[in-house]
Amino acid sequence: MSTTSEPALTSLPEVAAPAVPAAGLRTAERRQRRLAYLQVGPLALVFLVFFVVPLVLTLVVSFWEYNEYEIIPSFTLQNYADVFEGCLSGGDLCTTFRTYLSTLKFCLLGWAFTLVIGFTVAYFVAFHVRSSTMQTVLFLICTIPFWTSNVIRMIAWMPLLGRNGLVNDGLMSLGLIRTPIEGLLYSDFSVVLAFVHLNTVFMIVPIFNSMMRIDRSLIEAATDAGATPWQTLWNVIVPLAKPGIAIGSIFVLTLIMGDFVTVGVMGGQQIASVGKVIQVQMAYLQFPAAAANAVVLLGAVLLVIVALTRLIDLRREL
Amino acid sequence: MDVELAALTKRYGHTTAVDGIDLKIRSGSYCCLLGPSGCGKSTTLRMIAGHETVSSGDVVIGPKAVGDLPPAQRGTAMMFQSYALFPHLNCRDNVAFGLKMRGMAKAERHRRADAMLALVQMDRLAERLPAQLSGGQQQRVALARALVTGPKVLLLDEPLSALDPFLRVRMRTELKRIQTDLGITFVHVTHSQEEAMALSDLVVVMNGGRIEQAADPRTVFERPATAFVARFIGGHNVIALPDRRIAVRADRMLLGPEAGPEAVPAQVVAVEYQGSAVHVGLDAPGLDTDAATPLTAILSDHAFARRPLALGDTVRVGWQADEAHRLEA
Repeated sequence: MSTTSEPALTSLPEVAAPAVPAAGLRTAERRQRRLAYLQVGPLALVFLVFFVVPLVLTLVVSFWEYNEYEIIPSFTLQNYADVFEGCLSGGDLCTTFRTYLSTLKFCLLGWAFTLVIGFTVAYFVAFHVRSSTMQTVLFLICTIPFWTSNVIRMIAWMPLLGRNGLVNDGLMSLGLIRTPIEGLLYSDFSVVLAFVHLNTVFMIVPIFNSMMRIDRSLIEAATDAGATPWQTLWNVIVPLAKPGIAIGSIFVLTLIMGDFVTVGVMGGQQIASVGKVIQVQMAYLQFPAAAANAVVLLGAVLLVIVALTRLIDLRREL
Repeated sequence: MDVELAALTKRYGHTTAVDGIDLKIRSGSYCCLLGPSGCGKSTTLRMIAGHETVSSGDVVIGPKAVGDLPPAQRGTAMMFQSYALFPHLNCRDNVAFGLKMRGMAKAERHRRADAMLALVQMDRLAERLPAQLSGGQQQRVALARALVTGPKVLLLDEPLSALDPFLRVRMRTELKRIQTDLGITFVHVTHSQEEAMALSDLVVVMNGGRIEQAADPRTVFERPATAFVARFIGGHNVIALPDRRIAVRADRMLLGPEAGPEAVPAQVVAVEYQGSAVHVGLDAPGLDTDAATPLTAILSDHAFARRPLALGDTVRVGWQADEAHRLEA
């Protein structure tokens, strides 16, 4: 019985398929597509209003002329020429290049420290804390510094690092030093310290997230194959945590690249940074010059991110 | 190498997962730890592997007690249930992982990994990542990875459970072939009695953290030690007689005229056609099967065709005295 009914069943879709009118199929497909656009619509609108429009405005303004009291909407490349003034003449580095180098230095230092600290903390919480309640608690503790504002967290360092601060006082009363250490506050050291303090959590979160997605049996498999804990860390955990490391790195690098508050407060307004230059130009209402600087900064940040994505194919890893 | 377990115990807080088991697995044999989930078979395997600490007792592999030695120094290798292949490494690097950890040069370890991949017929796909492989292929790679460091004992944690039935039978044959070729000890955890029967030299039936019976498959099937073994291994009717409990193989049950002098009447409650045999479910009020399950009689298709039965029929059921196997408990 079954042998007779089977061919009839298998041939059914073949008979049925041509019976569907081609035009009907196309309408259905079109409706599907319209629905998809509709679903993407709200997010696209948000992007348009809060991302594309401001960016285009900045770009447009960066080509405008300005003088002491007004902005003139006519095309000029003068703003960009001003940014790179003296840069092509050789000899000493121009101001812009020096500023960018200084900012890059903070970027690299901040990135290296946040990466090492963030990775270590994430690794500890993800792999060495057994109970998931404790993991959640420790993870929340990492975010506690964010309950107060950035500026307050920076200012909190001052009684500690100042010339007569706690650190200097403590060291002197212990007899370790005779005169206070001068470079604790308002120096490269204090700027990097503040960057690390403010931004480490942006490393911890994505790295922790990708570590939690690592199958625990992989660690056992590595141990079974004779890997020491260090070998397991280097050969299994680090490669599998790469997406988190990349995302954290992008967060930290872009935050430090565009920063002007931290460098200002912790550097005692003495240290240059690209963000600071833009801020000062804004203060003098030189919007076109600030816009040109911002566009150059955007280009630099994009270059860094492109370099990072060259190292790790983020789309594939996510 | 021989594997010996001496009063091996694993406790988690107040619960005892493995309760003082003793077992000797001879070198070069294929041993299956068989039992329902939660019977302690996986925990036992993980203690042999060194992935689980021992609460008390000892694991002896070859000449020495391995106590707290890390996995790699025990001469064992484990194949994980989910295969646990490294997703960021291709097949060759997955297999070569253990050799790399030992500091072997790249060319040499790749040569050995390729040889091992050839053994499991995966040499053509050496460049692929695990995500690009089917379940069966991943399993072959996992097997190659476990074997590449030349372990004396291979531990397999439900290696076939994730495969579809056809592939399972094929891989089963292959596991046995590789074990015979290499002549090393395999300890294989499974909950499928069919798998255990097909593969093992030694079947260890476990329940509630204890060993119910450890013997060759034929002994386990023909002379199950306990009612649990008889039921778990299948193909048996466990019957409580006034003075003792017995197991009678379902295919030795006699129906109708040949049922013998001690036969009792029973009602047919199920008839399942299985191709070469027919399984007949029987409810016999005169016999106590103690789990309130009906008796099963397996008839050859010829025998059934000679005297067909339908649901609701009444038939006399019995067995020859020498087919009744007495159970311990």
